[in-house]
Amino acid sequence: MKDPGLVMLRKSPYPYWFLIPGGLVFTVFFLVPSVMAFWFSLTRWTLFDQEFIGLDNYVQFFREPALASGLWHTLVYAVVTSGLKVILGMALAVLLTAPILGRGFMRSVAFFPVLVSTIGVGLTFQVLMHPTEGVINQILGWAGITGPAWLVDPDWALLSVAFVDVWQGVGLATVIYMAGILSIPGEYFEAAKVDGASAWHRFRRITLPLAKPATVSVILLSLIGGLRKFDLIWAMTKGGPGFTSDVMASVIYKQYQAGFYGLSTAGNVVLFLLVILIALPLFWFFNRKDDNQ
Amino acid sequence: MRKLGAALLTGALCLSGCSAGSLGSSDETAAGQTQITFLTNNDPANVKVAEAMIAAFEAKNTGVDVKLDTRPQGSEGDNLVKTRLATADMADVFEYNSGSLLQAIAPQTNLTPVSGEAWVGDLDPVFKQVVTANNEVYGSPWGPAVGGGIFYNKPLYTKLGLQVPKTWADFMSNNAKIKAAGVAPVQQTYSETWTSQVLVLADFHNVAAADPGFAENYTNNKAKYATTPAAQAGFQHLEELHKAGYWNKDFASAKYNDGLAAVAEGKAGHYPMITFGIPALDTAAPGKVNDVGFFALPGTDASKNGVTLWEPSGIYIPKSTEGDKLAAAKKFQAFVASAEGCTAYGSAAPLGGPFVVKSCTLPADVAPAVKDLSAYIDAGQASPALEFLSPIKGPALEQITVEVGSGIRSAGDAAKLYDEDVKKQAQQLGIQGW
Repeated sequence: MKDPGLVMLRKSPYPYWFLIPGGLVFTVFFLVPSVMAFWFSLTRWTLFDQEFIGLDNYVQFFREPALASGLWHTLVYAVVTSGLKVILGMALAVLLTAPILGRGFMRSVAFFPVLVSTIGVGLTFQVLMHPTEGVINQILGWAGITGPAWLVDPDWALLSVAFVDVWQGVGLATVIYMAGILSIPGEYFEAAKVDGASAWHRFRRITLPLAKPATVSVILLSLIGGLRKFDLIWAMTKGGPGFTSDVMASVIYKQYQAGFYGLSTAGNVVLFLLVILIALPLFWFFNRKDDNQ
Repeated sequence: MRKLGAALLTGALCLSGCSAGSLGSSDETAAGQTQITFLTNNDPANVKVAEAMIAAFEAKNTGVDVKLDTRPQGSEGDNLVKTRLATADMADVFEYNSGSLLQAIAPQTNLTPVSGEAWVGDLDPVFKQVVTANNEVYGSPWGPAVGGGIFYNKPLYTKLGLQVPKTWADFMSNNAKIKAAGVAPVQQTYSETWTSQVLVLADFHNVAAADPGFAENYTNNKAKYATTPAAQAGFQHLEELHKAGYWNKDFASAKYNDGLAAVAEGKAGHYPMITFGIPALDTAAPGKVNDVGFFALPGTDASKNGVTLWEPSGIYIPKSTEGDKLAAAKKFQAFVASAEGCTAYGSAAPLGGPFVVKSCTLPADVAPAVKDLSAYIDAGQASPALEFLSPIKGPALEQITVEVGSGIRSAGDAAKLYDEDVKKQAQQLGIQGW
């Protein structure tokens, strides 16, 4: 196969001067900051001056006590949110593609949380999840259940945030799934019905396999989103209590907050590599399977 | 993540830089007036003080028009100050921490030295030391010095016949009696994590009493929290109180204001806090200021009992302020350090402790807790907090103390973890021997 880059260079329909504005924007706003980020990750940087210290920041970052647990929390968070979004997104999409009353309205309602500010959602749920005065535990209380302390219980904090993340993000997964399901020709379902396939079989043998591109998109998007999640966690728990809901991104942010600018830049480089390391193989894996079909 | 950080930062910059006060008001400035901006933190009580200070200053200096600008508190505000200094976009005069945190904004490069000003001679020597870098003085004091220790509910102490404890054992026996009476003995408020550090930080007088060389050895990488029993005691206390079940039930979700209200209203017997909380007592529990007393954190030796002091923050002028504005900013800085400045400060909010300017006196009607604090200082039973003796304070202490107080991590483990945190900070500051 030819190198696509070479093809593009040779066959570009524009003269070089035409590429200058784009190139300039790319250089100033993307290339230079990225190179600088790699450089600063090798320095002890106080904003006022910098000292080159080689790979010490990386060594320090991997020795960071909160990092090991933060790494684990990141994976748990990404897998839980991604998994739930796949399952719930599919279920909601099946519901919202069925001929039900007020379908357009219900579709909007399912998508609505995606449009709300994440910080706003976080602060709202902080109130709703208050262990004694929060609406959630009060409702559970009427049913005779003593709810957990949610955000302030070390065992529940991370999962509580993950649940809110799923609520907020499942609308996007639903829309992707709806597009996937609606693109399946109706004849397949009719044919299966004639052959006597049950509802479960039609879902299992037609909808699920033919909506696979949608599943791949949902998994990849939500997994990458989960790995680099920060705003919701920061708004709800700030990584607490203690370090129990700290993820990579919040560990990095805290280094930045404490004035360890070089160290936090190194952390960002590590996070960048981690996301690539997890997302790329997944991407290849899913695409290869597509080729086989 | 980085993008979000940047967005937050620009947002915050805009909040302070583009506030209506600084934008639309230049028209109002009368001819011949010099306009300067004063940047301080956005704590409501502090804003009230700043407004009163500006009003008193402008009444005396009609040629200067001071505009108030606010920034967030805590680390967010820290970042804002650092960024604005680094980009030479700082307000003409601003309030910021003294002590170790002042060193982190590189005063030599960023601030105007004021060692030659007349008011410098009037400063309390300990305060002068914490606004000095490389033998140059940079700031005047923003308000009184405050003490770290324990707020207690006076009516409850009277009702149960309790005495102010001088040793940890006495304190624990008081707690047992308070618990027996059905009241939460000690209030904790982990929804605002910084409040969890007080039992460790305010114990420093006891550390210094047991080991006078600790601050110096600690700075030189020779003394550690994990291996110095007196220093580890603060973490042990947290663990002990949690294990005894002495916290208020909602310690994990309560906020700072809840804590102040609880101790003022007698829902909790004690609240470990720094006396800068006294002005906020009045908003948290109106009319109850006189029900709150204060005592130093008890240690092992009753004869060495004393209070840990926090010096006030400073008023500084960045190097980017020049010409007429510099002269006006210097006038404002001097006014804050004058007797009139102290009076203006005291007129706006109840005071949290004694002033550090020699010509200032405490009004007679200060809160009882302030009188309790002054008694320690007058008796010479006071030491500055560690952050004024050493430039190193680990940034993760508040998370670590939340962990110990919540029973997630043991005291010994926590001390070790904090030592690691301290090491990181020392390396970042480029201190010799780390």
